[in-house]
Amino acid sequence: MSDTQAPAETIIVTVNGKEIEAETGELVIEAAERNGTYIPRFCYHPRMEPVGMCRMCVVEIDTGRGPALQPACMIPVAPGMVVDTESEVTKKAQDGVLEFLLINHPLDCPVCDKGGECPLQDQTLSYGPGESRFVEEKRHFEKPIMISDLVALDRERCILCDRCTRFASDVAGDTLIHFQDRGNHTQVNTFPDHPFASYFSGNTVQICPVGALTATPYRFKARPWDLDQAESTCTSCAVGCRTLVQSSRNEILRYQGVDVDPVNWGWLCDKGRFGFGSVNSDERLDGPLARRSGALVPVPWGEALSTAADALRAASADKVAVLGGARLTNESAYAWAKLAKGVIGTDHVDAQLGDGLPAEVVLGLPRATIDQVCAPGGTVLLLAPDLKEELPVLFLRLRHAVVRDGATVVELGSRRTPVSELAAVTLLHRPGAAGEVVRALLAGSATQEVGGVEPAAIAEAAALLDRGDVTVVLGRSNLAESADGVVAAASAIHAAHPEVRFLSALRRGNVHGALDMGLAPGLLPGRTTLEAARTWYRRRGWPAVPTARGHDALAILEAAAGGQVDVLVLLGADPVADFPDTELATRALAGARAVIAVDRFLTSSAQHADVVLAAAGASEVEGTTTNIEGRVSRVARKITPPGTARDDWMLAAELSRLLGTDLGLESPAQILEEIAAVAPSHAGITPAAVDSASGRDGLVEGIVEDAPAAAPGEEREEGGPPVDVPAPSGPARPAVVTFTAPAVAEAPAVDAYSLRLVATRKLYDLGTDVQHAPGLAGLTSDTVLRLHPHDFDRLGVDPGTVVTVTAATGSANLPVQPDLGVGRGAAAVVLHQPGPQVGALIDASATVTEVRVVKT
Amino acid sequence: MTVTNAAPIVSTRCGLDDGHTLDVYLATGGYDGFKAALAKAPTVVGDEVKAANLLGRGGAGFPAGTKWGFCPPGVWPRYLVVNGDESEPGTYKDRLLMEKDPHQLIEGVLIACYAIGAAQAFLYVRGEMALAQERIAQALNDAYAAGYIGKNILGSEFSVDVVLHWGAGAYIVGEETALIESLEGNRGMPRLKPPFFPAAKGLYLQPTVVNNVETLANLPWIMTNGSAAFTKLGTERAPGTRLFAISGHVKNPGVFEVEYGVTTFRDLIYAPLYCGGIRDGNELKAFIPGGGSAPWFLPEHVDMPLDPSVVGPSGSMLGSGAIVVMDSTTDVVKACWRLVRFYARESCGKCTPCREGTSWLEKILARLLAGEGRPTDLDLLLDVVDNISPAPFPKAKTEAGDWEAVPFPYKKTTICDLGPSVGSPIVSALLHFRDEFESYANRGVPVEVTLV
Repeated sequence: MSDTQAPAETIIVTVNGKEIEAETGELVIEAAERNGTYIPRFCYHPRMEPVGMCRMCVVEIDTGRGPALQPACMIPVAPGMVVDTESEVTKKAQDGVLEFLLINHPLDCPVCDKGGECPLQDQTLSYGPGESRFVEEKRHFEKPIMISDLVALDRERCILCDRCTRFASDVAGDTLIHFQDRGNHTQVNTFPDHPFASYFSGNTVQICPVGALTATPYRFKARPWDLDQAESTCTSCAVGCRTLVQSSRNEILRYQGVDVDPVNWGWLCDKGRFGFGSVNSDERLDGPLARRSGALVPVPWGEALSTAADALRAASADKVAVLGGARLTNESAYAWAKLAKGVIGTDHVDAQLGDGLPAEVVLGLPRATIDQVCAPGGTVLLLAPDLKEELPVLFLRLRHAVVRDGATVVELGSRRTPVSELAAVTLLHRPGAAGEVVRALLAGSATQEVGGVEPAAIAEAAALLDRGDVTVVLGRSNLAESADGVVAAASAIHAAHPEVRFLSALRRGNVHGALDMGLAPGLLPGRTTLEAARTWYRRRGWPAVPTARGHDALAILEAAAGGQVDVLVLLGADPVADFPDTELATRALAGARAVIAVDRFLTSSAQHADVVLAAAGASEVEGTTTNIEGRVSRVARKITPPGTARDDWMLAAELSRLLGTDLGLESPAQILEEIAAVAPSHAGITPAAVDSASGRDGLVEGIVEDAPAAAPGEEREEGGPPVDVPAPSGPARPAVVTFTAPAVAEAPAVDAYSLRLVATRKLYDLGTDVQHAPGLAGLTSDTVLRLHPHDFDRLGVDPGTVVTVTAATGSANLPVQPDLGVGRGAAAVVLHQPGPQVGALIDASATVTEVRVVKT
Repeated sequence: MTVTNAAPIVSTRCGLDDGHTLDVYLATGGYDGFKAALAKAPTVVGDEVKAANLLGRGGAGFPAGTKWGFCPPGVWPRYLVVNGDESEPGTYKDRLLMEKDPHQLIEGVLIACYAIGAAQAFLYVRGEMALAQERIAQALNDAYAAGYIGKNILGSEFSVDVVLHWGAGAYIVGEETALIESLEGNRGMPRLKPPFFPAAKGLYLQPTVVNNVETLANLPWIMTNGSAAFTKLGTERAPGTRLFAISGHVKNPGVFEVEYGVTTFRDLIYAPLYCGGIRDGNELKAFIPGGGSAPWFLPEHVDMPLDPSVVGPSGSMLGSGAIVVMDSTTDVVKACWRLVRFYARESCGKCTPCREGTSWLEKILARLLAGEGRPTDLDLLLDVVDNISPAPFPKAKTEAGDWEAVPFPYKKTTICDLGPSVGSPIVSALLHFRDEFESYANRGVPVEVTLV
């Protein structure tokens, strides 16, 4: 939090007559609290700059010139400082401030959601006067006004502590709420016609010290003392924010952010915070379905499982494919990897849906933590999607690094994003040209335009990157082009600077855990390859380990569409809605002989399935999850799943049993033990470590470095050491995957008559979690085509009119809008929003998507 | 009486109809002081002002030359900000200087910028002063055209730009850190000192000198005539002359430039040259020596000299140079309420005690005046003040009272001095005129006003 870079020294400060140790730069309020003296406060929040406004923390501080009342949240400790938090003067002042705060505060605690967990209530009891001397009329405002779709504001309850407004302007950068009027009429409000439409609005509700801000999903739902809670990890995206899951009577009622230093600092995005609506949805599958006489009907579990097992048994290993797994816990992902790769013997397994990066790239490149990327004074190269839309809390961390800690961001992409406002330079390149632009950056200069970027911009960005201490955030900024561009860019960076670390910007919940557990072609659990670990796993009881690398998601769908897949297992995947090339996905589901869907909802893909196995989801399963850094942390089971829906790992174990092999998996804890015992990268990730004090922050360090990696060839010979010796004292494990630059296709030359498509995602889309959460479902935006204003004249179209966009694979009619954030010659769309669907425009097998735009 | 009738320093052109024009300004020695300054090294100019011991004329009375020296060396850029947001109740002297002699202010700005090494000055003028804004704008244009402002002024290496900024009408913006916030485009709310002392971290977190209009208007004269001539006027602790704005129940209210530290309140109020005594032959009841925020004085204090080093220890302040005179017809409770209402309405709302306390006090007083007071309200008023400004509150010693004087300034639980300011009328009035409050509290009707 602190901006000071000088190493802290320990100094002695006297608090209430007791000498305590404090660190230079530390605020009095922090030093006192660390040493057991709590100073009451309202406006102070450890993750925001102090403002000293509420005056509740005024205490007598003597720095040699006699005691004076000073706000403890604004004054840094100094050697010899004497603090008295219990003097008569202090007590009178604090009494007075509380009385002031209460005189206009309505006494509607009995109907206030904050009652029972209200700092104003609590501190009034601890520090306040017994009764009020205020006999005048209280200040009145219209009772709650909606300041956004999710947040209601009761200005009568507000004590004007500046927490929400500071969060909005300083932390989120969405300065949409502000103080208005003055004196006793001061109020927090939005500006006319500009609602508090922030992706982070829920944080203001959590940090509000009174009941002024409430969120519609929780309003009047429960009293705090009725809530039962468990600490967990959010899996809405892959940042891995720590949460407090709160429920009552087996229903999730609220998620609160938990402050962990390496990840989310207590913040959550609104999708993560309010997405629990989908957990409680009435449309959840509460039991298995099977296709009978052409229709999906409820069947008993035994019947559903044996139907699925029959289909698997009838298929040859090479004709079974598994798509998905990013929704699963690490333990369930391991179970399914063991079933697919160890029992069935197929390597056609991919947890990603064509919108990610090759697993070897994610796992093989040197990895950075969020703290390393957001280090003070560091330089970040962003080759990533819009972080605010896809990894919102990472955006907050990066924003803090830039705004407060002097980090420098160089952004590469084909469309400006909210990060562009923070970036020192944003290079808008032609879709598909990331690789050549990065090569030019590494060269330091260019003599001519590279990929649509001017030489001057290249030189400017190269100079920034040349200062060293660079980390890279790597992901897919454009889903209408293949991953080849960013992979080429990453390969070039790694070749030139092997010490540079990469932070994955893959979005899906536990995609990194799924890749770790081997749910990707060519990989086995523990970030290792078929070649390196086949023998290792064979010896550990895996009857069938594939011999050849299988298909990725694109190839699986192409094979299925071509009738080459007998059984397609959808592991929480909905390719019809979610694969960028929707047309291919639809053909694939039709072409697969049998489809087994494991899901929480009857998704548009599951509707094509022959068997649907109802699965338990977030907050219903226990285990671990893995975030973008590779950090492993706990997810908690807080409620029971609907009906007879079951954990994913149980389904794998059941199917395996029906196929004649006992997976030997009995519980998430036991699976985690097995992972720690066998997975080369996970030797230190034992249940005990995960549940230790440091495990609360998640375990990331040492996963790669400390796991004893075997030299190639070692341990592969028959007759090696016994198999059941647990790590880390056990036998040398197979080598983890290392990065070798994959072959990539260069983008074709520019076609002057076409525009290149840029397809991105937004936080709120037609995805399952959003659409089944009542608070979020309506927050999607319309589908429009965005062009640089320059291209309007060239195409002869007018803003707002509907145009026909034609690609090789399909066409769509869309309204067109000018957007300076789109590069010239590019056309930007957002996938998966209401209105005309643009997935049909994307050809997943092409490096870039060229479109023609004509007047309708 | 010690009416010295010394030659004025800053108000020489206030009597002229066209003193605000460049032509008249130049014809009356305008910009000579700046030229004299340009001929010296900046440090010499700074030393000259320090030697003049020119006390700040805005309220706090801090020596300007010393203040300039607080800018950390080697930190650039640094700014000069002119506090023209004069709005302390009773004060209207800076307005006169801005309306009648804007070039003198601009010349002072140039001298100060030269001395501190600022290339950019900001003139923050109160929103309600339309004529002042108009005339300063015209004067700036004329000075730019004549080459007194801009690049390489008068052929020298010295360049400076002056920006005129209009306030939006808020008393709090007279507080220097709130003024800086407002200049930056934020809500005018004070910053906490520490850590934001403007000299170190001011406008855009750069070293910033904030000076009052009258302070700067003294600089041309000091440059032309030297600090020795300046310190010959007034006293050692309060040299030069000073403008005082007198309002209230006097025969001839107005702004008067008098010799500092020598002249007494009695001179200002009673001398025929100045206010000429109390109106209608009434008796003096009380007076506020330094603007609405200052604790009140009684007739027995009227022989005190206009010297901050005397007034401060006596329990009040000369503040912004505004003397408000109340005669025997004054309803003290109403006067008190009127001042309290001002602070309640002008509180910026940033910190709790001021935001809630000032309006609570106003409500209690309004209730008293409406005849709905309770005897306990009087002690409640004092205790609410105590929660904004912990005891002991500054007050003057009187012959009748059994207390010692409590010197200025006040203690506070607030960020700035606006909150404690509300205590001045309440504590003073209740201290000296408690019977009037009691009569409101007991019977709901005012007592027939008695002389003290």
